[in-house]
Amino acid sequence: MTAVTRAEYCVIACAEAWRGAGEILASPMGLIPSVGARLARLTFAPELLLTDGEATLVGPDGAPEGWLPYRRHLALVTGGRRHVMMGASQIDRYGNQNISCIGDWARPRRQLLGVRGAPVNTLNNPTSYWIPRHSRRVFVEQVDMVCGVGYDRVAEHPVTGRFHRIPRVVSDLGVFDFATPDHSMRLASLHPGVTVEQVREATGFELTVPGDPPRTPEPTPEELRLIREVLDPEGTREREVPTSTAAGEAVR
Amino acid sequence: MADKTMTSDEVVSRLESGMTLGIGGWGSRRKPMALVRALLRSGITDLTVVSYGGPDVGMLAAAGRIRKLVAAFATLDSIPLEPHYRAARERGAFELMEVDEAMFMWGLHAAANRLPFIPVRAGIGSDVMRVNPGLRTVRSPYEDGETLVAMPALRMDAAFVHLNRADRLGNGQYLGPDPYFDDLFCEAADRAYVSCERIVDTAELTKEAAPQTLLVGRHTVTGVVEAPTGAHFTSCVPDYGRDEEFQRHYASTPWPEFAERFLTGDEQDYQRAVQAWHKEHKENKEHGKKQVREEKRARGEKHEEKEGT
Repeated sequence: MTAVTRAEYCVIACAEAWRGAGEILASPMGLIPSVGARLARLTFAPELLLTDGEATLVGPDGAPEGWLPYRRHLALVTGGRRHVMMGASQIDRYGNQNISCIGDWARPRRQLLGVRGAPVNTLNNPTSYWIPRHSRRVFVEQVDMVCGVGYDRVAEHPVTGRFHRIPRVVSDLGVFDFATPDHSMRLASLHPGVTVEQVREATGFELTVPGDPPRTPEPTPEELRLIREVLDPEGTREREVPTSTAAGEAVR
Repeated sequence: MADKTMTSDEVVSRLESGMTLGIGGWGSRRKPMALVRALLRSGITDLTVVSYGGPDVGMLAAAGRIRKLVAAFATLDSIPLEPHYRAARERGAFELMEVDEAMFMWGLHAAANRLPFIPVRAGIGSDVMRVNPGLRTVRSPYEDGETLVAMPALRMDAAFVHLNRADRLGNGQYLGPDPYFDDLFCEAADRAYVSCERIVDTAELTKEAAPQTLLVGRHTVTGVVEAPTGAHFTSCVPDYGRDEEFQRHYASTPWPEFAERFLTGDEQDYQRAVQAWHKEHKENKEHGKKQVREEKRARGEKHEEKEGT
């Protein structure tokens, strides 16, 4: 089998978000999180619920097993039985996320998606993030509009914020979490082929970095087979995170 | 019993500038576009629009008809950012009440239930509170003492929704997988107008479909319009899916050019112009040239949007 690509490490890192999650809805946004969620479902997290992207809950073979139109989906969020992985146009060191607009909200330089469901998600169910291109434009000191609520903001509302949790941030360079005394972002693992310097260079705020950062886990041969042959045979994941051959990053 | 059928132009003739108008559907899904097109043909402006936004919001914003928008997003789904909405926001064309998707839903529930507000957790700690200084919080009167957002009722003067079938009395039926919030829009508005793919006899509604597909009740409906392909170019499954090719054209064409070609005549003219465009588009595709340029442009834009997301 050919070498594990960066995109495939990202799939594994996303899939891990749902390990041990139990009988909840996995809501992946973006292609690689989607492959990751389905991989988790097929392997170590068979209890997960997944939708067809519309209003139907489907089994691994695509057979319908439930009905989840938007109204029930939004109600499920507040019930907490869900772990969503959202995108982020900007994210800061406490996990505040912005997908609404860039610049002054009153008259934005760039209008983006709008707040969508980020406020309700972050206060009610675990919310992770997927960032396909780790850069200083995304990992910023301060986001322009707080959509997804971060740890510093939620600390001001301890009762209302009791369900708040950001389990992980996955980027094309590594995995990050908030397991620090002040809940600021920490490097949890580096994808093979990536250096700490590279991550620091691409991050617009001071990141907590452990002495000898662990590597993102390797996929098992079976996981790799599922990704390549069953879940994404067209290789669309490689378009979301291209393998940089120039940098000699085709690992192993 | 009252026959509530009317034309889309009659619907619009009952509206006035300055009204608050709710628009059903979600993103680029089952939008009452024929009614929106009729609205664009009228002189009605200065609207407060309440919508899970799609091209309805994009077109009304581009045409300068919106004074204030209440929304959590505006999207074309397969094209994440609604380009005309985006351009209007970036030139500061209207006032915005930007709330979360769930806050929006509870605002509809509050209006439908004649409540002043419904307490929600969503919004606390986020900048939704900063950009909407009018939003208030309430403290739970029970021992938990939780602070919650008092999401105000989104009461509307009028609402537009598009459904698969309806009878002449105003009973509306959806046959797709998702009702969206169309029943709530009708309940939350003083007057609701239902357009549908086909008007059928009441008895026919449940001949092949279960009664729970009867989403909208006639007691909440003022007018019924038969508007075949009335959601175009948004989806109206199972009758038809989204017209992705045409949506791409909409998204990549400057608004004045698009409006000039497709929105100067009535609904029939629109449908004919779309057919003509498809024919032309197909021919161009076969010949390669112009099409390749356009697709490239659309792809370039999509790529850029992804970066932003």
